[in-house]
This record gives sequence, structure tokens and C-alpha cells, in this order.
Amino acid sequence: MNFVAWKMLTGDRAKYLGLIFTIAFCTFLLENQTSIFAGILKRTGSQIKDVTDAEIWVMDPKTEYFEQTKSLKDTDLTRVRGVEGVQWAVKLFKGSPVARTLDGKFAVSFCLGLDDATLTGAPRKMVLGSWERLREPDAVVIDKAGYDLLFPDEALQLDRTIELNDHKANIVGISDASAPFVSWPVIHTRYSQAINFVGRERTQLSYVLVQPQPGLDPLELSQRIESQTGLRARTREQFQWDCVVYYLKHTGIPVNFGITIAIALIVGVVVAGQTFYIFTIENLKQFGALKAIGVTNWRITEMIVLQALTVGTMGFAVGSGLCALFFLITLNNPPTRGLVLLWQNMLGTGVAILFVVILASLISIRRVLVLEPAAVFRG
Amino acid sequence: MNSEFAVQCRGIEKAFGNGGGKVLALRGVDLDVRYGEMTLLVGPSGCGKTTLLSVIAGLLNSTAGEVTVLGEQIERLPGRQQILFRRKNLGFVFQQYNLLPALTAAENGAVPLLAAGISRREAIGEAKRLLSTLGMRDRGDALPKQLSGGEQQRVALTRALIHQPRLLICDEPTAALDADTGQAVMELLAQEAVRPERAVIVVTHDNRIFSFADTIARMDDGRVVSVAEEPGFRSDHVFVPQPEVRQELRV
Repeated sequence: MNFVAWKMLTGDRAKYLGLIFTIAFCTFLLENQTSIFAGILKRTGSQIKDVTDAEIWVMDPKTEYFEQTKSLKDTDLTRVRGVEGVQWAVKLFKGSPVARTLDGKFAVSFCLGLDDATLTGAPRKMVLGSWERLREPDAVVIDKAGYDLLFPDEALQLDRTIELNDHKANIVGISDASAPFVSWPVIHTRYSQAINFVGRERTQLSYVLVQPQPGLDPLELSQRIESQTGLRARTREQFQWDCVVYYLKHTGIPVNFGITIAIALIVGVVVAGQTFYIFTIENLKQFGALKAIGVTNWRITEMIVLQALTVGTMGFAVGSGLCALFFLITLNNPPTRGLVLLWQNMLGTGVAILFVVILASLISIRRVLVLEPAAVFRG
Repeated sequence: MNSEFAVQCRGIEKAFGNGGGKVLALRGVDLDVRYGEMTLLVGPSGCGKTTLLSVIAGLLNSTAGEVTVLGEQIERLPGRQQILFRRKNLGFVFQQYNLLPALTAAENGAVPLLAAGISRREAIGEAKRLLSTLGMRDRGDALPKQLSGGEQQRVALTRALIHQPRLLICDEPTAALDADTGQAVMELLAQEAVRPERAVIVVTHDNRIFSFADTIARMDDGRVVSVAEEPGFRSDHVFVPQPEVRQELRV
């Protein structure tokens, strides 16, 4: 009877395609919005994620997320190095100088000052040039999106000059840094160079990057650093999550996206549910005839669930395909780079769509099950 | 119960609603339907023909009385067994055909076999063979909307007969057809459906098809008021009221 259910479903092309379109639209909206939401939140920890050399970030005890820094004292670096289990610890500076081209185009940037000796935290994914050239005087590495922002429609080219807070800087490399929360250029340079660009303050040290000794759990070491120095120490993953949680708690992002996602779900349930319900009700007489002929309620339930799962699967596939296409098209656009269709969002949307179609089919099944087969004799 | 009868109804009553709104659709129906015969249930609209048909088919439960179908007291069968009994032993022809519009003629005809778990290829092959017997050899792949009323009723007849039921139930099979097509469908029904091991019950208003009946049971006001039995019945036949009805008429 699965064959009969399939033919009943696909017999009316317009209704069949309408059902698939409804589910596809719902899928697209859910996957798109949840992926953008997750992608934007992931961006809050992009610069932490890109530092793959060190496992632990040490910061002022009141620091809650990456953007919010209060400078540490230079002696804090020494104190961290003194904690047992620390293989090495280096300093990291984070500032926001204005980057300006010779043509006058400018943008506020993220400037990361890396330890002069080791260049720990240098961008490992390079599009052009080498991060090792950061040792040269006035050398900076800028990310590709930042380069495109400052030099729109121009080919990538090394040894171009920009100004950082009126200090000359030479581009020695172009990196593929992860997109930051706001679309600012990400500039890497040496620590000593960075504080020169930003301007001297009483203290300059934003973070201390720490690598535990081999075999030592980073979580255990971070707890040890906290207890011995009074500073805040977080593993790389913890710090990324701190940023996500901060933005969830202190911005309107979750509310805005939450409303959109909720509307997508409600519209999906109502429209898809109602469309499928009407589809079943229009076939009520046919189901009545099948019941009279001797098709059991259980078999009819299977037929309706099969129809629901079929449109659900087709709609989900089409919607996911459209969503993947959307992210493929927008992948290289600076404002949307780094936003991708995550498998977790696909899975979650799949579960939501399954819920929608099962709910719709259950409501429909109820009408069919209470249908008296004798109704078929009433003309 | 006598085994020469496919259906035996004794004192069947059927009420709809309750309290002041209670309506008695059947008021003590007695009826016997023999194997190998075509029995017509006739009578005015609202006299209870379709309700009786539904009770005999196990689609409605009676309020009182006893109905035996093919030796089984169908109302006493548990729900699922009743459905399986119907699937195996009963065939239906509906007034409005009730074909599935998305299925071809052959696929529609094959539905009872598909419901019984027969493979699609085998079921559709069998349906095409039967359609061919009923004069629709080249129409097996047509959709219902591409068929005339007579052709659709022949597809419905295929669906009703394909699993070789022992009781065929037809509800106004000619009502939606013109006279000639109705005549042709009834000829087919008489030729192909009536078998010694099968009984056929036809509910109809159409006195042009009375000539196909072996027995005609006339109903009025929820009762069988007369049963006329004669092979090759003619429409001018004089009805003989049943004894209890005769008694009522005398009163």
C-alpha cells in the first residue's frame, strides 16, 4: 500500500509541490537563521581560535570576553611563568588603532601585538607572504578581508604602506584570519611595534599566552595559575565560550534571532501542518473507500505517516540545498564570511521539521481514524 | 443458520441519535440472501436500504438483531478480524465509483490485492486481465478522469471482483450512468459477478435493472415489506408481502 500512498501524494502535482515548497521554505528559514546566529556568536571568539600555539589565556580577573581588556602589569608575566607546570608564557597585546591607506581610506582595526622573540599567535593560514617577515621593521600582516576593505577592487600585493595611528606600517603578509565579530581588519605585528602604533600607556600587557608542559591538562594548569596569581586563566575553548556567553547575555542578538527562529517554526508548523491537513481531508473519501474495502486503520496510519515523511524529507532536502547554496554564494563576501551551514543546525532543523510533519500527520490521522467507512455509501 | 444463504438478517434494528432525536432507520429487518443469486434491495429514498447494506457489510453495527454473513456473525467479530473478514470476503461497488484519482485503472482495480499484501506487479497484472475480461483491455493505464462513467464503473467492478469475494455489495451501481451504460454495466455484473459460490446484493432505485434480479426485496420505512423470488425476474412482477407484513396490512 506504500505504492498507493505515494501515488496519492504525487498524483496532484500542484499540491505535492506546494507541500514540498512549504517545508523547504521553513527549512531554509530555520537553517539560515540558526546558522547565521551561531556563526555570529562563533565570530566573537575568532581571534582566540586563531591562536593555536598556546592553550591558556591569562587576563585580568574582571575580563569577561576578548574585546574587554584591562592591562596587566609586566610583573604578572613573570608571576605566571613562575607557576609550576608552565612550559612557557609570552605576552600578547590587543589594541584598536585606526588603519589608513595613503589614499585616505581608513578603518578601525584589531591590532594584535605578538611576542617579539617567538611571534606566538602569528596567523598560520596565509594567503600571500610569510608571517616570519614580521621580524622586519614596521612589518604587519593584515587579513584578506581587511585588505579588501582598505584596498577595494585591488589585487593582493605585498610591501604596500598603511598608517596605523599615523605610524607607517609595511604589509609583509596577507592572512586568512577568521572573521571577527565586527568587520574590522585584523592586523598582526610584533608586541613592541604594536604598542608603538597604539601609543604608550602606563601598562600595555593585554593577555599572557601560556603553554602547559607536555602531559599537563590545560584546565588543571589554568586553575593553578588562578589560585597562585589571582589572575583569570582560561583554556582556549573556555575563553571562546566566555565570549559567546557574554554576547548572549549582554546583547539583543539572541532575542532578535530567537524571534525570527520562533516565527519560522510557528509559520512552518501552521502552514505546513495546515497544508498537509487539508491535503488529507481532501482525500478523506478515498481513505473511507479504502477502509470499507478492508484496509486497516494501522495501514492507513502508515500511509499518512509515509506521505508526511516523504514531503518532510523532500522539503528538508530542497530547503537544506537552498540554504547551502546561500552560504556558498555569500562565503567570500566580507560581511558574511565565516558564516556557514553547520551540521548541528541541519540536525536541529531536521528534528524540528520531523516534529512539524509528525504533528501535521497526527492531526490528519485522527480525522481519518474516526471516519466511518459507511460514509462512502452516502454518495 | 442455513448454509444456502450468504446473508441472513433477523430482527435487525438500527437507531441513530438518542433521546428525543432518536431515529429508527431499521425496524426489525428479516432478510435472506442466497448464494448464486443477485438480490436487489429496492424502495424509496430514506427507507433504510443503505443502512441495511452498511450493517450487512460490517460498516455499521446494528442496535438489535442478528446478522450472519457467510456463516459468521460479523458484528461479533473483533474489530481487526472484522476488517480482515471484509477485505477477504466482500467486494464493493459504490454509486460514485470512489476510485483513487491518482491511480490508473489497473492500479485502482488492484487495490484489494495490494491491501492483502500481493506484490504490485502481480496485483496490477491480475487487474489488467480482469479489466480485459470486462472489455477494457486498452484502458488499463488510463486515469479515472480520462474514463467515461461506464468505464469507471467497470474499473470499480474490477476492484470489487479481483480478490474473488463471496459477497458483492453494490450501492446504486447505475445511478450515475445513462440508461444504455447502466444496462451494459448490469449485464457485466450479471455475467461476471453472479457465481454459485457468491451472492450479489444491489441497492437500487432504477427499475430498469429489475430484470437482472433473482430476488427483489422491497423496503419501506425501515423494514423489508416484501420479497419476490424468481430467477430472471421481470419488472412487472407482483410482489408478495412477507407473512408478518401481510398481517400488518390486514390490521
